[in-house]
Amino acid sequence: MQSPNNNSTGSRKWSDLTPQMVLAPTVIAALIWVIGFSLWTLWISVSNSTLLPDMTYHGFEHYAKLWGSKRWTVAYQNLFIFGSLYVIGTLVVGTVLAVLIDQRVRFEGIWRTIYLYPLAISFIVTGTVWRWIFHPNTGVELALHDMGWLAAKFDWITDRDLALYVVVITGIWHASGFAMALILAGLRSVDGDLVKAAQIDGASMPRIYRKVVLPTIWPIFVAVTVVLLQFAIKTYDLVVALTQGGPGVATTVPAIVVYDLMFQRGQIAQGAAAAVMILVALALVLIPYAVWTGWQKRKEGARHG
Amino acid sequence: MAEAATHQEFDPLATGGTRRRITSKGIVYGALGLFALIYLAPLMIILLNTLRPLDDIVRTGFIALPEAETMSLKYWAEAWGTFCIGGTCEGVSRFYKNSLMMTIPATVLSTMFGLLNGYILSKWRFRYDGVIFGLITLGVFMPQQMTLLPWAFVLGKLGLSNSIAGLVFVHTIQGISFTTLFCRNYFVSIPDDLIKAARIDGAGFWRIFRRIILPLSPPIVIVTVIWQFTGIWNEFLFGTVFTSGANQPITSAIVAFSGSGTGERHYNVEAAAVIMAAIPPLIIYVLGGKYFVRGLTQGAVK
Repeated sequence: MQSPNNNSTGSRKWSDLTPQMVLAPTVIAALIWVIGFSLWTLWISVSNSTLLPDMTYHGFEHYAKLWGSKRWTVAYQNLFIFGSLYVIGTLVVGTVLAVLIDQRVRFEGIWRTIYLYPLAISFIVTGTVWRWIFHPNTGVELALHDMGWLAAKFDWITDRDLALYVVVITGIWHASGFAMALILAGLRSVDGDLVKAAQIDGASMPRIYRKVVLPTIWPIFVAVTVVLLQFAIKTYDLVVALTQGGPGVATTVPAIVVYDLMFQRGQIAQGAAAAVMILVALALVLIPYAVWTGWQKRKEGARHG
Repeated sequence: MAEAATHQEFDPLATGGTRRRITSKGIVYGALGLFALIYLAPLMIILLNTLRPLDDIVRTGFIALPEAETMSLKYWAEAWGTFCIGGTCEGVSRFYKNSLMMTIPATVLSTMFGLLNGYILSKWRFRYDGVIFGLITLGVFMPQQMTLLPWAFVLGKLGLSNSIAGLVFVHTIQGISFTTLFCRNYFVSIPDDLIKAARIDGAGFWRIFRRIILPLSPPIVIVTVIWQFTGIWNEFLFGTVFTSGANQPITSAIVAFSGSGTGERHYNVEAAAVIMAAIPPLIIYVLGGKYFVRGLTQGAVK
């Protein structure tokens, strides 16, 4: 605990630099892994690498090949379908839960704890559990057969056209408590007088929420959407545990293609190109959001003088 | 205070007549209960299946109640100690230990760095401090895929390939981005005058840290520890790429036994292993309570 350069006694000059020196390892590490690693992967994506890194320049052919492969275009398409349904579904369920809890219910803490716990457990556990439930050999379908309904069919997870919706449902189950927590915090910040005024005007509760309360907390919805889009773009473990990208390529997402190209097929340049595309997708979500929040803050600052 | 007062006065369900009030209460609690069932059911179903014999599960699937006379805890013991995963028959205990050996040091180290960095970036002014904070924060958003190949190379050079130490290293460095962001945003609210007064009294960098910052830190330390512990314990991609065989963390082990479509399935034992993997973050979650939510809001919105 004793510091080597206690600045009340030590030389003035060195003690002045203590903060910088303590911060230096982090700065160096961040420079290497944030900037350096990004450039590194970027370079690999335009290099000659196949099974092993080969740093000679090759050009953008790997990107062209990537976008020419059906696997990748399907993965990107899946990301759009999964991403939009997942975000919308999570927001809707999260809002419903938040509004329900906002009705001055008893045992609020218990309800919240129940809805939020999926977020604490891993995507691997979540995916494994739901795979057992959705799979016709172990889950709902078998249970229905066992109960005597022999014609019952529930095999979305093995159906090429429907498997992606299984991922969506599981994703919503995992994240809606998170949306609930943030939206509820927003609801609690709404001015009570606003609601009372609407009540005096004779508006019903659902109408008040729709027309008055929820519109006032729209920045929270934007923030939650941005975070969920980030989750969606990075989705990997959940799909691995749930469907492994299948059946066929039905639930393949970009992150799975990256892993496959890099570590299963020995195409690390093309894998790096796919990783760069994930970074681009994230940037397309995050940069506008950062600009927008910066602009909002400046506006706030101007208003407060 | 004022907010709480308005909330007290305003009871949304107290509008309208008595009958309407009772119906709307009924709808609200009914809906809450239904959702609670949906959220709890999957884990409960899996938990019950850790007690059922295998032929029972194979016959009726996971969604069935255990029969009292065949219920047994031996599948838990098997999952922990003798279950075969990827060639070794030592159960999940080994991978569990790996996960703990990875998660605890990485959580402690990244939290310590985060406290120091957060303190420096919020209370000391120097050139480019804003840029540096931006750079560190950028790490929060980096997709793991961009760092896979470079990390593999660096770990190889450091002789940390296929080791828990390598995972601790990666998780510590990447985790510092989160912990620095959390701590910096928390310490910003400590009045600068407090620091100034201490400096006038002759306190230096470390003294201010020990005497002023650390005593005010417990809430943010709890948030950070919860966040890092759950995040690192639950992580899968790095564990799978940078380690193999007996050195993998629990998440990779689960995928290794349950993902392989071949061979005989041991659903009851696998269910027990899955529940075991969920227990540490769940304990942290239940104990952490409001701090968990606070971490979420901080991590998400700021």
